[in-house]
Amino acid sequence: MTDIAIKCDGLSKQYRIGERESYKALRDVITDAATAPFRRVRSAMRNANGSQVRTPKSEIRNSFWALDDVSFEVKRGEVVGIIGRNGAGKSTLLKILSRITKPTRGHARIHGRVGSLLEVGTGFHPELTGRENIYLNAAILGMRKAEVAKRFDEIVAFAEVEKFIDTPVKRYSSGMYVRLAFAVAAHLEPEILVIDEVLAVGDAAFQKKCLGKIGEVAHGGRTVLFVSHNMEAILRLCDRAVLLEGGAIATHGETAEVVGAYLRTGASQLEIVDLTEAMRGISVRGQALLTAVRMDPLKPHGSWRLPFGEEISFEVEIEAKAKVHQIELGVALNSGRGFEIASCFSSQSLVRSALEPGRYKYSVKYPALRLVPGAYSFGLGLRSDAGFEDYIADAFTIEVVPSELSASFGADSFRGAIVPEARFRLVPIASSLPQTCLT
Amino acid sequence: MGLRELWDYRELLYFLTWRDVKVRYKQTALGAAWAIIQPLLMMLVFSLFFGRLGGIKSDGIPYPIFTFCALLPWQLFAHALTESSNSLVANERLITKVYFPRLVVPMAAVLGGLVDFAVAFVVLLLLMAYYGIVPTSAVFALPAFILLAIMTALAVGLWLSALNVKYRDVRYTINFLIQFWMFATPVAYPSSLVPEKWRAFYGLNPMAGVVEGFRWAMLGSKAPGAMLWVSIGVVILMLVGGLYYFRRMEQEFADVV
Repeated sequence: MTDIAIKCDGLSKQYRIGERESYKALRDVITDAATAPFRRVRSAMRNANGSQVRTPKSEIRNSFWALDDVSFEVKRGEVVGIIGRNGAGKSTLLKILSRITKPTRGHARIHGRVGSLLEVGTGFHPELTGRENIYLNAAILGMRKAEVAKRFDEIVAFAEVEKFIDTPVKRYSSGMYVRLAFAVAAHLEPEILVIDEVLAVGDAAFQKKCLGKIGEVAHGGRTVLFVSHNMEAILRLCDRAVLLEGGAIATHGETAEVVGAYLRTGASQLEIVDLTEAMRGISVRGQALLTAVRMDPLKPHGSWRLPFGEEISFEVEIEAKAKVHQIELGVALNSGRGFEIASCFSSQSLVRSALEPGRYKYSVKYPALRLVPGAYSFGLGLRSDAGFEDYIADAFTIEVVPSELSASFGADSFRGAIVPEARFRLVPIASSLPQTCLT
Repeated sequence: MGLRELWDYRELLYFLTWRDVKVRYKQTALGAAWAIIQPLLMMLVFSLFFGRLGGIKSDGIPYPIFTFCALLPWQLFAHALTESSNSLVANERLITKVYFPRLVVPMAAVLGGLVDFAVAFVVLLLLMAYYGIVPTSAVFALPAFILLAIMTALAVGLWLSALNVKYRDVRYTINFLIQFWMFATPVAYPSSLVPEKWRAFYGLNPMAGVVEGFRWAMLGSKAPGAMLWVSIGVVILMLVGGLYYFRRMEQEFADVV
């Protein structure tokens, strides 16, 4: 028995851009094959004429490396956090480690049974009851029927759905659904547990419960790989962390250091953040979608790095797929550690309106929100009269940097998140003036 | 081939099969009745057009039960083939989010047809009682023919499901393929219509062997003979080839589906 649980050696994974959207039609393959000889003749002729040879279609199509030469080791019983921006390669890494997909190059050696949790409620069927889904989902996650039967009551109690256990899950509220799904997964007992961002769902109380459960698992001597955008959770649970950037390991080591490095990278984003591929809450309706966030390009600093005290403003682009009523945008501001600091809805200053299908943009301004220098992330939600249309817990990040103003009153080292504009007055209190006649 | 691993996941196979059956019956108003209605209606149509008007001989067996007995394994096969061919695409979520031997998916889809088969089988027994047909000892060979029908469906289903992941055209060809295949199979007519010397060759369509075997086992018609051995050989070849192809393709499923 070795001391190493996971050993990755030069893991690389190449994807072709657009591969996921367009399926090859048999027709194309056939016509490609049929015209290939002609193309060759034609290109040979062109070549003879001295003109450029056309590259075949398949090679023009861009490919990119979702993972590029990633090597690391995880010791038995270690809890390792994996962090990085959307598209940094975290999910690809987890998919390779849980054997869902093969690396293009390199290999991963895993010692022990892996249980992976890349999504809550995989395989849940709306027509089946809670009880039936527990067994089905457990089987999908690799649990034995006897094991589930033994822990069945525990699972149901954890999910707090005792009363509805024989109701089809399509009648569950989204909260109940998620709780049940997580409960099954939480009672999985593999030697190595791989978890991806399952905490982006559920209400705050349940998230806390989930974190507690993961902590329990982690401290129970299991090897855990944990991907999250919630830095608080990473800091609390993980012994070590790995920061991925553009498919490669940027830093890895002590959790606090790696998290610090991650927060500092927040400011190096493009002017536009594409949200189409961002991680969503699972129960959104999707009639209207958040598509992009744009920083005001006219700003002198232009980017996502703002001097303390400056107005924070950005634009959120949305697309209505169908007619939606009473649409409103919600913006949550989170500390770099993942705590929600403040949230607000567009309906505070804007009438909720009905939207015809099409593209729209909200512009959002916080005129007097003085954030203590540091990194902050924003969550975005779109709500209509029918419920949440879209929700992205971690849409984009900004970094507030010290300015002359903050330096003038030492705000750079303040502990909170906000330096409120407050009015102070100092006046003497008449009765407290030194009096001599008191005996 | 990773069959050991497949064995470790036998419970998943059971649950996926069970899910498919359960959901199908929950979502349909008539539920299990469909398993009976379809072959019964086909039997009526065939009896009228082929048996009565076409005057097709049925080896001395009353035409309705002659064709119904063939429709059972045929429907089992057709259902299993359709479901398994679409299975990987239909279970896309599972494939991109969880690891398990992918073979479980088309296998579960194939096995799901057995429940419908069992229901329709009861009708066959009733029909046999009505016509006063008592099975011979050949009836003990029946499970082998059911197995052969399932293996045929799986063999083709493995090829088509893996192809379907990459080339979505496959979906549209399946209905066509099944219709075509049925007329190439002695469902509405006896294989004795095929000249003696070509009959072993006819066994290249494995369903020909299955259907004639079924009639032999249940109704005591003539044993299929050499044709059956050809069918078995073809199925084994297709199944091994299908397993090999599926195994080779499965590493890409999660990236492409």
